[in-house]
Amino acid sequence: MKKKSCLNQESPLSRGITHLVLVFASFLAFGPFVWMFLTSIKTYEETIQIPMKFLPEIPQWVNYAIVSNKLNFPQLYLNTILVTVLMIIGQILVVTICAYAFDRLNFPGKNVLFLCMLALMMVPGQIFIIPRFKMMVKLGLTNTMTGLVLPGLFNVFGVFLMRQFFSTLPRELDEAARIDGCSYFRTYWNVLLPLVKPGLTTLAILAMLGTWKDLMWPLINNSQSEKMTLAAGLAMLIGEHTTYYEQVMAGGIIAVLPLIVLFIIFQRQFVEGIAHSGIKG
Amino acid sequence: MKKQKKNFNRLRRSEICTAYLFILPMFGGLLLFSIIPFIQNILYSFRKMGTFGDGTFVGLANYRKLLTDDTFWLALKNTVFYAVVGVPLVIVFSIYLAHLLNKKLRGRTLYRTLLFIPAVTIPAAIGILWRWILNYQYGIFNWLLEKLGLPRVSWLGDVKYVRWAIILVVVWSMVSTYVIIMLAAMQGIDSSYYEAARLDGASSRQVFFKITLPMLTPMIFFSVIMVTIGILQIFDFIYLMVDRQTLSYTYSMSLVTYFYECAFNKSSMRGYGAAISVVLAIIIMLITIVQMVVKKYWVNSND
Repeated sequence: MKKKSCLNQESPLSRGITHLVLVFASFLAFGPFVWMFLTSIKTYEETIQIPMKFLPEIPQWVNYAIVSNKLNFPQLYLNTILVTVLMIIGQILVVTICAYAFDRLNFPGKNVLFLCMLALMMVPGQIFIIPRFKMMVKLGLTNTMTGLVLPGLFNVFGVFLMRQFFSTLPRELDEAARIDGCSYFRTYWNVLLPLVKPGLTTLAILAMLGTWKDLMWPLINNSQSEKMTLAAGLAMLIGEHTTYYEQVMAGGIIAVLPLIVLFIIFQRQFVEGIAHSGIKG
Repeated sequence: MKKQKKNFNRLRRSEICTAYLFILPMFGGLLLFSIIPFIQNILYSFRKMGTFGDGTFVGLANYRKLLTDDTFWLALKNTVFYAVVGVPLVIVFSIYLAHLLNKKLRGRTLYRTLLFIPAVTIPAAIGILWRWILNYQYGIFNWLLEKLGLPRVSWLGDVKYVRWAIILVVVWSMVSTYVIIMLAAMQGIDSSYYEAARLDGASSRQVFFKITLPMLTPMIFFSVIMVTIGILQIFDFIYLMVDRQTLSYTYSMSLVTYFYECAFNKSSMRGYGAAISVVLAIIIMLITIVQMVVKKYWVNSND
């Protein structure tokens, strides 16, 4: 053990530089959020004061109340959470069973169909948006949660990801289940699915991040203010109240805080999830 | 014997049926929401179309118009600028920071948490935050420049600087994600390589350039493709950071922003918007194919 630590020895100078760079980078990454928070508790006069004031005289928590009046945050949260939950559940159902079929079953056209999915991954999403929107208008699904979720459910990358997870499980499991009389569905649902929980977590986290971050589709499909997601709501806020940055920043804090808190609690799962988005096809 | 074969055939048939049944939801959805829209969108690009209805067939008129549309060329130039400046910066910074985070250091967990936070923040919030930071009169960035004895810059208002401001924020937010990805890839490198190198007396610089970097090339390759595709499609930051009534909005416009404006904000230009999205798709596919072809010249394929 001691020998190993000796192997990793670096000169104090180079270690010092490493720390310096990391402190600087962390400051660059996190500093803006501190500034966001500090601005959100200032008065309007304090935000435009010259010379610049870093801390407010008295913290103005009232900004949060004001911005919540302008933008119905509880409703936006509800919408965003609903869409996220539907997206996660829907993707898990649609994606995993497809991935199972591609990994475990043999059928004619398997490779061709898989290649088709690969090709679809290369196509940028904008190309689908106009027809999708026209379809939603026709079906009366604009300004609905269904319309927001539906086009995003069929996550091709998710199939690749889950196929990788299924392929790590030994085939003997399937055989044993089949001998015990399990149908293909039961083998998938009761035997294999519980064993790919890390994969499901990854899929869920990527679906969640995707849904929270998406702006264009919510902006187009759900333009009614009570049907919006947080991202679209923020876009509306900046469009209407650019002068009062203390309020806009309070809105920003309300929007980013839950994901940051979730991230800090479930850091390992988040990091694994994001790292998996870099999986090699 | 015959019975056995029949039995086998029956089993095989049931496997095939089950498989098709299992992939049906996925492929049904893809057909409905991706493949059909894909074809429709191409057809739309040959039509003059407004907010309602399917418009009229105009042949290649939209594409011909693109050739002489200054705004389109500007958007294309901007998009290329974003990719050319952004991709190397994201890749280099994320590898460098991941390399530092991969060392055994005190406080590593804290550094990681702080560095990863932009990756889990919604771009809409990042956009409005940086819009405030880069504000000409009251932004803290200009305050900092002044303290350093540099002149104030109207980052989001001056057509000369707005693209730099946008790409700065894009890089800032993307590095965070790709540090996570690069770090995971570095941690996946077999430690026996490192031990062997140390025993041979390699310096840490040599270890980085002779082991870490070459072993990382598959992930770097993947990241270059993903970052390129991502940057070629930027929309959120431009839409949120730049005042849409000003000239700098036009001067920072990406292809996707222009697509959005034509397809959803201007009446009677939806078909034109469709044509822009087709051009963008062709560009992205060509670039991806070129990168796949060039891959074998620089990517290590040990696995």
